[in-house]
Amino acid sequence: MNEMPSIEQANEMTESKISANKVQVFYGDNQAIKDVDIEIQPRSVTSFIGPSGCGKSTFLRTINRMNDTIDICRVEGSIKIDNEDIYDPKVDPVQLRAKVGMVFQKPNPFPKSIYDNIAYGPRIHGLARNKAELDDIVSSSLQKAGLWEEVKNRLDEPGTGMSGGQQQRLCIARAIAVSPEVILMDEPCSALDPIATAKVEELIDELRENYTIVIVTHSMQQAARVSQRTAFFHLGILVEEGLTEDIFTNPKDKRTQDYITGRFG
Amino acid sequence: MPLFWLILIVLAIAAVGYVLGRSRAMSSAGGELSALHSLPSYYGANVAMKVIVPAFLLLIVWLLAQPFYVNNVISGMIPETSIAEGSSRGLVLAEVRRAARGLDNAVATGAMTEEFARNARADFADISTRLRDAGQIVTSEITQPILRAAQRYRVLNATGNLIMSIAVILVALFAAFWAIRETNAEFRARNVVEQGIKAILIAAASIAILTTIGIVLSLVFNTWEFFRLYPASDFFFGLTWSPSFSGRGSSSQLGILPLLWGTFYISIVALLVAVPIGLFAAVYLSEYAGPKVRAVAKPLLEVLAGIPTIVYGLFALLTVGPLLLSVFGNEGLGIMQAGTAVMTAGLVMGIMLIPFVSSLSDDIINAVPQAMRDGSYGLGATKSETVRQVILPAALPGIVGAILLAASRAIGETMIVVLGAGAAARLSLNPFEAMTTVTAKIVSQLTGDADFASPVALVAFALGMTLFVITLGLNIVALYIVRKYREQYD
Repeated sequence: MNEMPSIEQANEMTESKISANKVQVFYGDNQAIKDVDIEIQPRSVTSFIGPSGCGKSTFLRTINRMNDTIDICRVEGSIKIDNEDIYDPKVDPVQLRAKVGMVFQKPNPFPKSIYDNIAYGPRIHGLARNKAELDDIVSSSLQKAGLWEEVKNRLDEPGTGMSGGQQQRLCIARAIAVSPEVILMDEPCSALDPIATAKVEELIDELRENYTIVIVTHSMQQAARVSQRTAFFHLGILVEEGLTEDIFTNPKDKRTQDYITGRFG
Repeated sequence: MPLFWLILIVLAIAAVGYVLGRSRAMSSAGGELSALHSLPSYYGANVAMKVIVPAFLLLIVWLLAQPFYVNNVISGMIPETSIAEGSSRGLVLAEVRRAARGLDNAVATGAMTEEFARNARADFADISTRLRDAGQIVTSEITQPILRAAQRYRVLNATGNLIMSIAVILVALFAAFWAIRETNAEFRARNVVEQGIKAILIAAASIAILTTIGIVLSLVFNTWEFFRLYPASDFFFGLTWSPSFSGRGSSSQLGILPLLWGTFYISIVALLVAVPIGLFAAVYLSEYAGPKVRAVAKPLLEVLAGIPTIVYGLFALLTVGPLLLSVFGNEGLGIMQAGTAVMTAGLVMGIMLIPFVSSLSDDIINAVPQAMRDGSYGLGATKSETVRQVILPAALPGIVGAILLAASRAIGETMIVVLGAGAAARLSLNPFEAMTTVTAKIVSQLTGDADFASPVALVAFALGMTLFVITLGLNIVALYIVRKYREQYD
């Protein structure tokens, strides 16, 4: 699935979509993230790997300020999306999250119909002027998520009644429906079986054309399959970041080497 | 032997059995714990259980059965001729019991000897005077059959109690002996005790259910009695409530509709107050309030639930009523005649219900998984959008259940209505008029000195039954809604 290196090189040239500089995250007195600097390329898939508790999910959640919902969490340093500091007091986290969508570890469809699940975001952001436009957004989001053929005849059934894999693709479609620029995925396949996982991975690969995707994963195979760049986190530190094939074939750091060869983690 | 001592003896046998069973198990295993099937305490518990359960069961059955038997024997002793005109066998039996109790007390205080009390040829005029001198109330002159019956009653009861004590102790001893004998290292005491615990739990659950059935039955029979005296159609569709306590209530008009209307009107006012305030408070507490505010505010709100309803009634009578009167009364808008009104009772009852709605809703809102909130925030929704469109719909079945529970409490509430709503049964739309409810009328029907067999008193049971059916229906609907729309979160 990986792109040819030449295209990767071209991507390197373009300006990065997300750039983090000296990011620190604290939970109360505990420092969960230390001095993370990373540039994330637009229209590509970047995966975060690392052992449990290494801070990769925490860092992911700083990108759309989901950590704001946790009282004791404090973020320092700067994260810029399109050269705009998202922790600037002028930035409305609610608006930011419309631009930076998120898909969670466990599929979490709302207890509403499939249609209403997708229409939820567009409705609260006023993206559709009338029912016909809303219908268009719903169907195109489901099509992009590769779910349209499976659900087009049962849009009014509850989203919670679908299989786990379908639910997760519904959640991806729901994120797409508000036309985000970045989609964050926090271990999106950890609750899915291999077949559903393959479908979601295929979807991620297709979405790369239009969205900047950051995915946290525990599966190194998954990181190798879907991402162009990989970042390895350990104990709250970004150890190494680079082209996926370099990380997996020729890691520079001993800890990365140990982790990908399964010596710890 | 007093019951208290009997129970103590059985418990003592059980305690000794516990120790013996435990040590026998230990010795049968040669002091080696690992050779035992169960922990030693299980062998002890097995013995204690086998002592207590059959002995107490026998005790309970005996205590229930003995009065029946004795009453039957005594009842057979009283000839038809000695039952006075206008009296009944039941009244005579009550007199016999009273006389017997009088004799008991007289013996206990030393006013007469046991032999004298038992003496079959005793002069009853003499006994009457002696009883009266001993301070025992004897309503009328004790007659020959009553005295004989009372004496027989005493003897029967005394023998019965003696036999019961012996039987219970024998059962306990035999059970202890048997249980200790079967104790050895292979005996699966743990499984037996487990079964015993299960049986105890089942018994507790059945008692709760059986009591409910008993309550319903007691209502049903009296209601049936009432409908034999008063036509059901007049009761259910009558528009007037005016019980007449004179002349055995034959000229009463006992229509339930004004009372039901009052009940529902006050309940609706109460719910209109309690539901929005309670729900908003719950949303604030569960979604917006920080942990510190929550830790203080939630218990404070729940304090409201601990206030006795009579205190709410006083609040209605002394504070809310006059307050409303000063605004809507003759000084103000002129639509309120007195402090007691539907509005007064409804407002205060609404305040009483706030903690019910808020506490239950708060629990239900907290049960909505965090993943739902994350999903919504992740799409760029604000807190109130998340609450309105994701959390409340997800929590709705539970919230509806909470509201219906609050409604059945409102319908069953009495004290606030008695003090706050007045006592006039009235069909009116004006919420500032005095009205009354089914519960308040049940109280007033039964606290008068009306003959218990007259429709005026019996109507209370019909009212209670109607109320029971309504609240039962509400609870069933609540459960149905909660089950049907419950979201399955794993």
